[in-house]
Amino acid sequence: MVTVKFFAQVREIAGVDSLTISLPQPPTIAALRTQLMRQSAALNDALQGNVLMAHNQTLCNGETKLNEHDEVAFFPPVTGG
Amino acid sequence: MVFARVQTNDFSQQALYDELCGGAVSQGAGAIVTFTGLVRDFNAQGGIQGIELEYYPGMTESALNALLTQASQRFDIVDAGIIHRVGKLANHAQIVWVGTASQHREQAFLAATFIMDMLKQSVPIWKKEWQGDQATWVVAKTNDDKAAMRWLSENQDNACD
Repeated sequence: MVTVKFFAQVREIAGVDSLTISLPQPPTIAALRTQLMRQSAALNDALQGNVLMAHNQTLCNGETKLNEHDEVAFFPPVTGG
Repeated sequence: MVFARVQTNDFSQQALYDELCGGAVSQGAGAIVTFTGLVRDFNAQGGIQGIELEYYPGMTESALNALLTQASQRFDIVDAGIIHRVGKLANHAQIVWVGTASQHREQAFLAATFIMDMLKQSVPIWKKEWQGDQATWVVAKTNDDKAAMRWLSENQDNACD
């Protein structure tokens, strides 16, 4: 299983803070994103467009490989400072 | 000696200055630069009534620490610190503090600017602005992206164009 977390407007549109999902095939962040977007209309809307991705708390891209028990996060471009 | 903290409570600029200075002077520091960011009371649409900041516990702290490591590798500084507040903040409240220490002023100024520019592009923190009882997420600014890209596209020798 992989833990998926959502933040800011991505979290609000998804309607959920976090969830667990089985490792996708192929085991990449891009495949995980596609699988989530097929899961519900809310997740489809939340993960559209310019969404950043993190793998085990480091920014990553869609090619990044996933392993069991990894943590993935989806969130909008950051606006701190 | 670098320090990075995410907190809901307010901070004292004097206490942070003392913390930074305490470690830095024994390492030859002759310059301390600090920056403090405040909550503005307006946006492009008019007046606002405070903001709310969300973060990613764990990743936000490691991203701030990674930024201090990058700054230490890139500039000739002896110490640096970052404090970022999260949660609900009223207009004019302090949001962020960055301090850098170096032997001479130029590297401290450059490092502080680098840290703030990169923080705005790479550290997972998100702002919402309150107008009446409506809260709207702030959209990332292209100017902030440009400020960060400047550091990524320049070499270390002419980082101050």
